[in-house]
Amino acid sequence: MKRRWTRRRITEDLMKAWMLSSFVIVAGCLGLILWTVVSRGLPALTWEMVSQTPKGGFYMGKEGGVLNAIIGSLYLASGGTFLALLISLPIALYLKTYLGKSNWGHYVRLSLDVLWGIPSIVYGAFGFILMLALGLRASLLAGIVVLGLIELPIMVRAMDEVIRRMPADLEHAALALGSTRLEVALNVVSRQMLPGIITAVLLAFGRGIGDAASVLFTAGYTDRIPTSLMQPTASLPLAVFFQLSTPYPAVQQRGYASAVILTIIVLLISLGSRWISARLNKYTIK
Amino acid sequence: MTDQNKTYTTQTNTQTEGRSSRPSSAARNWRDRSAQKTFLVITVFPLLLISAITIGLLWRSWPILTQYSLQELFLGSVWKPDEGLFGFLPFIMGTFWVTVVGVVLAVPPCLLIALYLSEYAHRLTRSIAKPLLDLLAAIPPVVYGVWGLLAIVPFVGKVVAPFSKQWLYSIPFLAVNQPTGFSILSAGIVLAVMIAPLVISVVYEVFTTVPNDLRHASLAIGATQWETIRYVVIPRVMPGIVAAVVLGASRAVGETIAVLMVVGNVSQVPGSIFDTAYPLPALIANNYGDMMSIPLYDSALMCAALVLLVVILIFNILSTVVLQRVLERRQV
Repeated sequence: MKRRWTRRRITEDLMKAWMLSSFVIVAGCLGLILWTVVSRGLPALTWEMVSQTPKGGFYMGKEGGVLNAIIGSLYLASGGTFLALLISLPIALYLKTYLGKSNWGHYVRLSLDVLWGIPSIVYGAFGFILMLALGLRASLLAGIVVLGLIELPIMVRAMDEVIRRMPADLEHAALALGSTRLEVALNVVSRQMLPGIITAVLLAFGRGIGDAASVLFTAGYTDRIPTSLMQPTASLPLAVFFQLSTPYPAVQQRGYASAVILTIIVLLISLGSRWISARLNKYTIK
Repeated sequence: MTDQNKTYTTQTNTQTEGRSSRPSSAARNWRDRSAQKTFLVITVFPLLLISAITIGLLWRSWPILTQYSLQELFLGSVWKPDEGLFGFLPFIMGTFWVTVVGVVLAVPPCLLIALYLSEYAHRLTRSIAKPLLDLLAAIPPVVYGVWGLLAIVPFVGKVVAPFSKQWLYSIPFLAVNQPTGFSILSAGIVLAVMIAPLVISVVYEVFTTVPNDLRHASLAIGATQWETIRYVVIPRVMPGIVAAVVLGASRAVGETIAVLMVVGNVSQVPGSIFDTAYPLPALIANNYGDMMSIPLYDSALMCAALVLLVVILIFNILSTVVLQRVLERRQV
């Protein structure tokens, strides 16, 4: 068929070209972000950076590293993720097996979506109010609690998304054999959602480790690695932020290097969750 | 006959002995019901948390809300905490401008990409696009901030601002007064990239709710694919698209660290997108350190957080309710 350049044809091609170029721009932004951060930070990334805590005069360009922030961030994010998992697992199971499409389920999902949208600075302010009310100081514990609250809706959403795709036949079959809903939840649904749980945990962990605004209020910042829950702790995003706000180029360089460390951790988690869920998904019934 | 009966009874005996812990159905039902009650208590938690956050912020910002009139607080443009002047106007306008620029920059490409992925793209392209968007969503805000600082701020300061100064200065909001690159535009660009993954994935979900029959009918009567999109797909899901954009805007309103790093943080009511601004989240994050030392300062900052929360709650509830309606029609 001969291609005629009518106005309609041109519009069609123009829109398609426009769509493709938007796609390329956004993908290009991703590449640009990674390239900018890595190319500036990698030269300053030394073994000293990841294996030592800050020594005296670190923030004026003397020696030391950001081990305190790396360990602190891992503590914060793991604690927060564990806390969020404890609460979100029952919520996700309950939403599926007991509530389904009822009104109450609708409200719970709505409230989770709303929680998901509350910015971390507001969580931080709320954590600060909690600390004032309970007489706590900035500490690892406060940081973990606030991160747990932030991660909760992310986790439930991710689990709910997986459970939603579970075939209804499975549940019906188990119920028809006389299982109670609790047994369905524990023996059928939870097995089906195992890959989903792992993806959700990693997703929430990645969000928790990158969050700066909430830990600013609640976890404080220190040069030591915390040894108890009541001590303040450093975190990687704040390490990046504080080092970049000093006027010394050498310290700023290390800020870029810290950003590279953070990016690498987050990318590994993101890719790892994809890989794990692809592997485990083989064992679920679709 | 008796033999058979005997073996039958012994069998059941060994079975019950073998599973001595096998619960009666009464016990199982009791467990089911008590689990239901426990779970119910846990599901109240999200609702409780939202109320707790609102009440907590209201409680801490009550002193300033009672001592100053709303007019003084929200229309006053002088911010001098040590003199007792708390005018939020520069910060509210800063938040407003940064959000508007971010959303305006993000929406057209996001809509086009979502359309491309749902209407045109090959399955392979989709399977490449999803991990890319996930990666973009996984990058921490502070890394976006570093990128903004290293790439966007110099780009705006050295390329866009001089260009605008030469050619576009007479257009309102495009005048260049502070050509450092730390500007609303820089923050808007960073925000646009940050909210893109969310907006794209929600709009994509919304487009998948349109039944294929409608597309086929439109194509069968000779419409091109773009005409199908323009006259069939988009009108059907318009509320969903608007809701997705509002959701993206609410995310942009609350973004803290990345914006803080590129927006300049000078408290003034901005008059151009090349001006510096000082959004509310940046105000809270920058001053948390000395907020306990000046009277009412902590209350003022909590009030800023409350303003953010109220705006975001309104945006979020509206968009989520609409999206839940739209997505319910999705064929699973």
